[in-house]
Amino acid sequence: MTAAGVVTASADPGAPLPEAAEGVTRRLREILRSPRLVVGLCIVGFFVLLGGIGPFFVQDPNGITGVIYGHPSAAHWLGTTSIGQDVFAQLVYSTRASLEIGAGAGLLATLISIGIGIGGGYAGGIIDESLSVVSNVVLVIPTLPLVIVILAYTKSNSLTAMIVIIALVSWAASARVLRAQTLSVRNREYVLAARASGERDWRIVLVEILPNELPIIVSNLIFSMIFAILTQATFAFIGLGDPTLLTWGNMLNIAYNAEALSSGAWWWFIPPGLCIALLGMGLALINFSLDGLLNPRLRVYRARKPRGSRRQAAQA
Amino acid sequence: MRYVLRKLGFYLLAAWVALTVNFFLPQLIPGNPVDDLLTKMSQAGPVPVGEQQVLTRLLGLGSGNIFQRYWQYVDGVAHLRLGLSISNFPTPVSAEIGSAIYWTLVLVGTATVISFVLGIALGTLAGWKRGSRLEAIIPSTTLLTAMPYFWLALILVFVFATNVWHIFPAGQGYNTNSFINVGWNFTFIGSAIQHAILPALTIVISSVGGWLLGMRNMMVSTLSDDYVVAAEAKGLRPRRIMIGYAARNAVLPSISGFAISLGFVVSGAIAMEYVFSYPGIGFQLVTAVGNDDFPLMQGIFLVITFAVLGANLIVDLLHGFVDPRTRLSR
Repeated sequence: MTAAGVVTASADPGAPLPEAAEGVTRRLREILRSPRLVVGLCIVGFFVLLGGIGPFFVQDPNGITGVIYGHPSAAHWLGTTSIGQDVFAQLVYSTRASLEIGAGAGLLATLISIGIGIGGGYAGGIIDESLSVVSNVVLVIPTLPLVIVILAYTKSNSLTAMIVIIALVSWAASARVLRAQTLSVRNREYVLAARASGERDWRIVLVEILPNELPIIVSNLIFSMIFAILTQATFAFIGLGDPTLLTWGNMLNIAYNAEALSSGAWWWFIPPGLCIALLGMGLALINFSLDGLLNPRLRVYRARKPRGSRRQAAQA
Repeated sequence: MRYVLRKLGFYLLAAWVALTVNFFLPQLIPGNPVDDLLTKMSQAGPVPVGEQQVLTRLLGLGSGNIFQRYWQYVDGVAHLRLGLSISNFPTPVSAEIGSAIYWTLVLVGTATVISFVLGIALGTLAGWKRGSRLEAIIPSTTLLTAMPYFWLALILVFVFATNVWHIFPAGQGYNTNSFINVGWNFTFIGSAIQHAILPALTIVISSVGGWLLGMRNMMVSTLSDDYVVAAEAKGLRPRRIMIGYAARNAVLPSISGFAISLGFVVSGAIAMEYVFSYPGIGFQLVTAVGNDDFPLMQGIFLVITFAVLGANLIVDLLHGFVDPRTRLSR
């Protein structure tokens, strides 16, 4: 279907503008109709609302209610903990902190990867070689053991410290992808034209190269967010998070150590993990549908099904 | 040959970086960590002569300028002198790690191979039968991939071990309550396998989605390549096209993506072992963190890193063997 727009544009280069614009809107409409994107946006939107305005509506997450290991009820939607705190209130506050960590670390990692990936790829030569080796080394060194040892030594587990540490170990994969893309974009005609007309380097990077890599950057950002949330949850679970900061991982750590499992308090340890998994799924679904939009190869149907393409040809 | 040397050089460099990071980490502590550690050790038992020197050397805080200290540290690591564990004083760190590493190697190794093969096979089918019902499983794989390993482990324990059904043991590497000789006998191996099923299941369920998805996407884009169309035009049997033409080429990125994924699996396995109290290196790491056992922690970090680097080197060499193009590129 979308291939039709491409075909007409290339077949009739004389009047491409209105057709191309129409193709883009059509494609956008089609993407918005994709159930994956809608589901993904709904899930992520739900969590943003929950973390953003939820804390104004729930009770004190640390307040003790006197009901110990209470089952889910009207008063406590998700029951209570081993010392009688409201699990739902804790979940809402955790959502906020976990989102902050995901967004913060994801953004920071993406910024670093843009600097190193695009900067190195554009600069070329020895700068590129060395930055590329650095990214590859950071990429193969296993992240979590490193984070664990760093945290065990520094004992700094504030929100900011966690964001910085996670970002510092997770930028490399994106940087590698961006570098490869920059290497291929760098020698295209429009970049050469900009250089020939005397544009300054920073302007070429910001105006000519960066916008063309935006799709990859967005996709990397989403992956970094998922990664940051998972990583933080993991080390909070094994007891390296700030014990006073409510995050999903921290809730799981407290629940596990309070024997929530053997007490049968499923309402305590299932929701935080489910939130992590659902948010991750929502972000991944968004990423997928964007990928469908940005990577035409995934959309192309095989020659085996000639019917659709014939219809497209007729339309064109 | 040049390819092999290049890869070897790269992984040596990565190992050196890990070693150096490990050297500099203790410098982050203000004050003198050696004294803190020695105090802690002396509470556990008499501190042997020379432990102070070994510790200072190991933590990179020894005498002399930073280069001399660095050299002493590298020399120590090269001779597997990783100091003494504090929590299990005075066992050498290398012995501590040696007793745990086989559990992890066997468990994580087997589970990763099963997951990789399963994911590649399912991904091949999903990409081949694009648009069929098999596609419907893709959204659920994203849920599986986003699930934290340790949370899945908690649920498996809850459902299959402690609360709902009592089918599998909830923790440990083998039945420690009865008198079982650890070694090559059927009782021990049977018990160990029984205890490994839930941990292995955790790894397979959470990591299979990633392989599946990557393979499926590569299959879809490979299937639109000219040589596949040509093979179809030639009238080759679909099965042969799927495996011999499409899958063979589509699998290459998954193999080279092994590096990133393996680090992820190892990370997940650390928290997973903690849930199962599995006697592997991940559980040991978490315990060491809880006990402020810095020599053990650093030793484990080095061992995990070297193991991941080694596995990647092997995979890269295999990749060069499977795909001749990589050998030619610089």
